[in-house]
Amino acid sequence: MGFATSQSSMNHQSTQSSATLNGTIAIRFTLNGREVEIAVDPTERLLDTLRYRLNLPGSKEGCGEGECGACTVTIDDLPANSCLVPTFQVRGCNVRTIESIPTSSLQPMLETGATQCGACTPGVVVTANWIKEHSSVLASHTLRALMAGNLCRCTGYDGIIDGLEKWIGNPKGGRP
Amino acid sequence: MHRLEGLSKLSGAERYLDDEPLEGALKGCLWGMTVRSPISRGKIRRIAYGAGFDWSKFVVVEPGDIPGPNETYLIENDQPVLAPGYVRHMHEAVALVAHEDRNLLRRAAASIRVEVDADPPALDFRVAPRADQIQRGSDNLIKKLQIKKGDVHAAFANAYKIVEGEYETGAQEHVYIENNAMSAWIEDGPNGDVVVVRGSMQCPYYVLNALKHALGRDETRVRVIQAPTGGGFGGKEDYPSTIALHCALLTLKAKRPVKIIYDRSEDMAATTKRHPSLVRHKTAVDKSGKLLAQQIEVILDGGAYVTLSPVVLSRGIIHAAGPYTCENVLIEGKAVLTNSVPYGAFRGFGAPQTIFACERHMDRIAHALGLDPIEVRRINLLKDGQTTSTQQTISGGTDRHALLNETLRVSAYDKHKRESEAFNKTHPYLRRGIGIATVLHGAGFTGNGEVYLNSKVDVGARPDGKIEVLAASTEMGQGTNTVFTRIAADAAGYDTADVVVGVPDTFRVPNSGPTVASRTVMVVGKLVERAIDDLAAQLGQNGKPLRGPSLKKAITDWHTTNPGKELKGRATYTPPPNVKFDDKNYVGDAYATFAWGACVAHVEVDLRTAAVRVLDFTAMQDIGKVINPVLAKGQVQGGVVQAIGWALSEEFKFKDGGMLNNTLTNYIIPTSDDVPPIRVVFHENPYPFGGGGAKGVGELPMDGPAPAILNAVAHATGADARAIPLTPEHLLPLL
Repeated sequence: MGFATSQSSMNHQSTQSSATLNGTIAIRFTLNGREVEIAVDPTERLLDTLRYRLNLPGSKEGCGEGECGACTVTIDDLPANSCLVPTFQVRGCNVRTIESIPTSSLQPMLETGATQCGACTPGVVVTANWIKEHSSVLASHTLRALMAGNLCRCTGYDGIIDGLEKWIGNPKGGRP
Repeated sequence: MHRLEGLSKLSGAERYLDDEPLEGALKGCLWGMTVRSPISRGKIRRIAYGAGFDWSKFVVVEPGDIPGPNETYLIENDQPVLAPGYVRHMHEAVALVAHEDRNLLRRAAASIRVEVDADPPALDFRVAPRADQIQRGSDNLIKKLQIKKGDVHAAFANAYKIVEGEYETGAQEHVYIENNAMSAWIEDGPNGDVVVVRGSMQCPYYVLNALKHALGRDETRVRVIQAPTGGGFGGKEDYPSTIALHCALLTLKAKRPVKIIYDRSEDMAATTKRHPSLVRHKTAVDKSGKLLAQQIEVILDGGAYVTLSPVVLSRGIIHAAGPYTCENVLIEGKAVLTNSVPYGAFRGFGAPQTIFACERHMDRIAHALGLDPIEVRRINLLKDGQTTSTQQTISGGTDRHALLNETLRVSAYDKHKRESEAFNKTHPYLRRGIGIATVLHGAGFTGNGEVYLNSKVDVGARPDGKIEVLAASTEMGQGTNTVFTRIAADAAGYDTADVVVGVPDTFRVPNSGPTVASRTVMVVGKLVERAIDDLAAQLGQNGKPLRGPSLKKAITDWHTTNPGKELKGRATYTPPPNVKFDDKNYVGDAYATFAWGACVAHVEVDLRTAAVRVLDFTAMQDIGKVINPVLAKGQVQGGVVQAIGWALSEEFKFKDGGMLNNTLTNYIIPTSDDVPPIRVVFHENPYPFGGGGAKGVGELPMDGPAPAILNAVAHATGADARAIPLTPEHLLPLL
């Protein structure tokens, strides 16, 4: 029910893709502010493309079926589970991963114990950062409801929620 | 002090095994997969490798490839590494395959059919097995244990009232967010080749012992290194030994590095869970609610192999009588074999199951006598000088009555109770209630376990004057590295920046015992302090140990005069004085000390849907001295929420003995929106024999929430629920 489970509306620009003879699709998209061009198998998951082909293993696979949110990235500025997104669908999109969020901004989350084992954490931080950048959503939803798409088994969530409250109120933690 | 690796985790920079590139030792790595049993019990006729794949290009391992005994080294060694022609549970490993192309491997592995002749499985631990289901002894019994104090039968004869009850708890999956992951490769060593295993684990020396046994190698030719570990909760206590063996067998056959990464469905289906339990209480009380006799029967489902069930049962029965004094106690426990996946370690290790029964039963005693549940607890709570069921005399100065009173005050118990009762009179379909549990948890191994473990810690004094803690205790999220750094710095009079915690690597660290049983800070932390004392004494003059800058200078000076040599302080476990346990008769000091706690749950039940929501939760804990308030609080909050899941939503569905809901879509753990903020209060009482004055913290929070919640549901609705998980489907018929 959380936001991390919702798919972003994707920008299908047919001019940027073409199926090749061996079944791969060449696409271009923006990844953490940089243009990426890559040929992908139609069944390839965005999570695998990021982790195993583009050297961005910050996004984690926790369940592989869109429940846990450990693989959360933003696609055109909306959180999405990258394990549920075939990579070819992000052609022309703007994808941001945990690697785009500056470490220096994360101090408030550290101080409240928002991370323990760390496996859910990148997804938690991507969702948290998205809430921080879209704080108007707090008018209609609580932080607990907004974070409900990111499962954490260690913290009991208080460290995450407290950290996010502190982070949102922290003028130093801005967009990269 | 903040979590040392916290920013690395928050920024996504922390590298777990599956995140690492296939370079260095993993260059040329193959991916490994496990072929598993399709049935719960039976003979393997044939493993049919699918047509359409060139199997000569794959590495295949079957039981015949195991160099040593086909046994997973643990208590009884009855679990094979790969089922040798006969399977005893669904998803049991029967063969291994590896290939460098992960996608091809997945398709090829899916083509393998294990052809079997099924035998009748034993799937219900609560009923006696039929003759054709017996697989161990005459009755599938794994272990039987008894605690006896006084004479319950005489007390029953003279009781004012006898209250009986039967309580059940279900299996629970750990759901560490990082699935199991292991790698293996071969290195050269002075005594021949060395099998190196590196992966996600809690207990490097358990893995080492398993490798030594089944590979027929000594510790110079097997090396185990822990990789960053994304959660454990007991789930990475013993099962990583199995995966490490699988990885090692593939690497030995392939002569190439191998990685095995489980996906969630495999991890949930094939690895250990919390033991399901059935506990029966028969209690004699007087008019005031005083316990005159407790007769308790504990039955655990052990699953298909012995694994850790005897010790889970042991901890379970020792905690079964709760934090109460009673002169006549008879506890009989048994763990029975079934054809379920072997049940194993899970936070609390048998205690949450028996404490659930005890604390729910205490409320039912109060109900039967028309007394307040708080009063029944007050009159029975152990005082220092009184004895537990094993006749351990309690000491240490924790005032459990004050702890209970403080819990009631902080949780606004009376106010919530009053307001709930008023609310229930007017609301058409919501019912609110409040419940309590008072708990104890023995920290460290049970009985003489710590003496047998004989744990060791070294501290290395480096040429730059820094101190390196060398211990086998692993960081899996609970904060070992941060807390060891603090403890070592305090003991040495150092800045924390001058302390390093070494990676658990069996070539570098001594055996500090497993990272389990809430023992890391209390037991191993104390050894860290003593190893530093040893180092300081070695360098001191006239028997005066050095501290702080003078210790640092002495270390650098020593290295100047002894270039290239190693300087270490060492410590080996010694039990606190006067701790004695008779492990044959279960009499004496079952634990060096207990941590104490109380918790209050305030719940709301929707009569339309039978859904239970926890509105407010307070956990009060005496864990000795709190070393790191943020980390300790995080342990309690995480434990409470894991227990809320166990109590209300985490239900196993089985089909033919296999887990049917082995996905996070339909095995429901709590989200942030399902739980309230968890109020944590520490009742500090430093324990002189624990590291930094600490007692165990990790498991205690798991003990109280489930009974407190069901007690609150009973207060809200009158529903006399005695089994968890209390899902809406199970609560509805009781409303």
